[in-house]
Amino acid sequence: MSTNDNQIKHLKREILVRITEAFLSGDFEENARKIPYAMRPKGCEVDLRCCVHKERAVIRDRIVAGLGYPIEKDDECTLLSTYAKGAAEREKPDEEILTVLQGACKGCVPSTVYVTDLCQGCVARPCKTTCRFGAISIINGKSHIDSSKCKNCGMCINACPYSAIAKIIVPCESVCPVDAIKKDESGHARIDFSKCISCGKCISACPFGAIHEKSQIVDVLSRIKEGKNVVAMIAPAIAGQFPYPVSKVRTALLKIGFKDVLEVAQGADVTTLTEAADFKERMNEGQSFMTTSCCAAYNELVKKHLPEIKPFVSETGTPMYYTAEIAKKRDPDCITVFISPCSSKRKEALDNPNVDYVINFEELGSILVAMKIEVNNLEDSEFETKSSKEGRNFPLSGGVAEAVKSALQYQGENIEVMPCVINGLNKQSIRELKNFAKNGKCPNGNLVEVMSCEGGCIGGNSALIAQRKAQKQITDYANEGGPVVKDSIEQK
Amino acid sequence: MEKIEVEICMGTTCFIMGGESMQELASILQRKYQDKVNTKGIVCHGLCNTDCQYSKAPYVKVAGDVISEATVDKVLSAVNKKLGEEA
Repeated sequence: MSTNDNQIKHLKREILVRITEAFLSGDFEENARKIPYAMRPKGCEVDLRCCVHKERAVIRDRIVAGLGYPIEKDDECTLLSTYAKGAAEREKPDEEILTVLQGACKGCVPSTVYVTDLCQGCVARPCKTTCRFGAISIINGKSHIDSSKCKNCGMCINACPYSAIAKIIVPCESVCPVDAIKKDESGHARIDFSKCISCGKCISACPFGAIHEKSQIVDVLSRIKEGKNVVAMIAPAIAGQFPYPVSKVRTALLKIGFKDVLEVAQGADVTTLTEAADFKERMNEGQSFMTTSCCAAYNELVKKHLPEIKPFVSETGTPMYYTAEIAKKRDPDCITVFISPCSSKRKEALDNPNVDYVINFEELGSILVAMKIEVNNLEDSEFETKSSKEGRNFPLSGGVAEAVKSALQYQGENIEVMPCVINGLNKQSIRELKNFAKNGKCPNGNLVEVMSCEGGCIGGNSALIAQRKAQKQITDYANEGGPVVKDSIEQK
Repeated sequence: MEKIEVEICMGTTCFIMGGESMQELASILQRKYQDKVNTKGIVCHGLCNTDCQYSKAPYVKVAGDVISEATVDKVLSAVNKKLGEEA
């Protein structure tokens, strides 16, 4: 993690803290309006952009996103106080979960391959012979790429013995697995929401921090303030996100004002058992493989780009789906808030009437900072329902497939489970999945677990802790849980 | 030679504002300086609770001196400086 990334995170988090503080202050509208000036006061040093005005303007845009509004539709003259008022009063969060800040987007140089000064003008000219498009010619003894013929394939880069050919990368475009983010006429990034699977890879990739999730913290804080029965549903990844035990994080959530806290690992247990049954049925019917269905970005991918694999995708609901169902069954009027490291869960939540809001770990952390809650000093508190080891291991790559395998073993089923783990969605893994669908079989196993983020949910873009550490903490916490068996779930 | 004391805040604010690399600080210091440095985690320096000072978090103390908006680089150079003074 470079210092640069930390600076962006620091900035984004500070803005969320300030929004929460403004909300709690009693004069939300006025104090929200003042945030850019409080962060960049008169005469302050300007270290990130050209001048104080530009910095304030970009901070303003970040606040607009922090209040849950899309920058794409912002007319730039609406006051932050107006946005703040709207955010506190609105009934439903905005559709589309991501927004690009045009003011923060640098409008990077379009992705191109070009020959640098390091070109030695060698006799072998491997670049020229490698290029299949005839784009390279020799001008003044050095290689030259004709941009109208170049297809950006990068073959010449690998061919050059001097490493003299470079490719300029547009970070957001290069990480997007489905080509949903592209430059518009002005050269700034724009998301095509008909293609976007909300995976959030562009958020982490942009070194200017120009891509934001539209936050729902104000919605959540407003419902809490109204005294509603707001229930926090914490994704199992949370066990790896704080240097404090989950039992203290639970108390911290109650202190924020949530009336109850449920472990989504509890819903993961339902997912495991349902998916195990689904798997068994499909294998008995002679299907050659099944894919998991708990990653929201993967489900969006199937819907928008890979419909041919749909017959192989398990019909099982996600852990969030079952947990929200449990919460709403207990109190149909409760407000459910899913807390996770994932941007695509926001999209899933919008389509699920049982999930009212989603906040991510960064937002949760920022609320804790604003409320000055020292988590480490809090008492422990217990969950009403304890979840299983398998459920708690869901956020790790391989965890879901392992859970299904264990469940079938506990049940004494004689079905061989061969997991094939797709650890991260990218162009390559999407091609693999396409091939599985096309051929009707997967050569590497019969249970294909797909997770959009590398490492699993702990690789989500709002993760607070480095992956290795998160993984260890989750494993330790999971080991406190019992096995995932039907009896234990039904007793609950 | 007396050990240089590095106090790393494990409080909520410094943790949230610190970012991932700060979590590696203790092990980096340990690896680099071994017994020359005494690293300890404390809950809160009490610096973040004054007016909006969380924006300067995370805080780390090196031999009593406060480093605000601490980064791994900043802390390492502060430790180096202290070691230089003592040498």
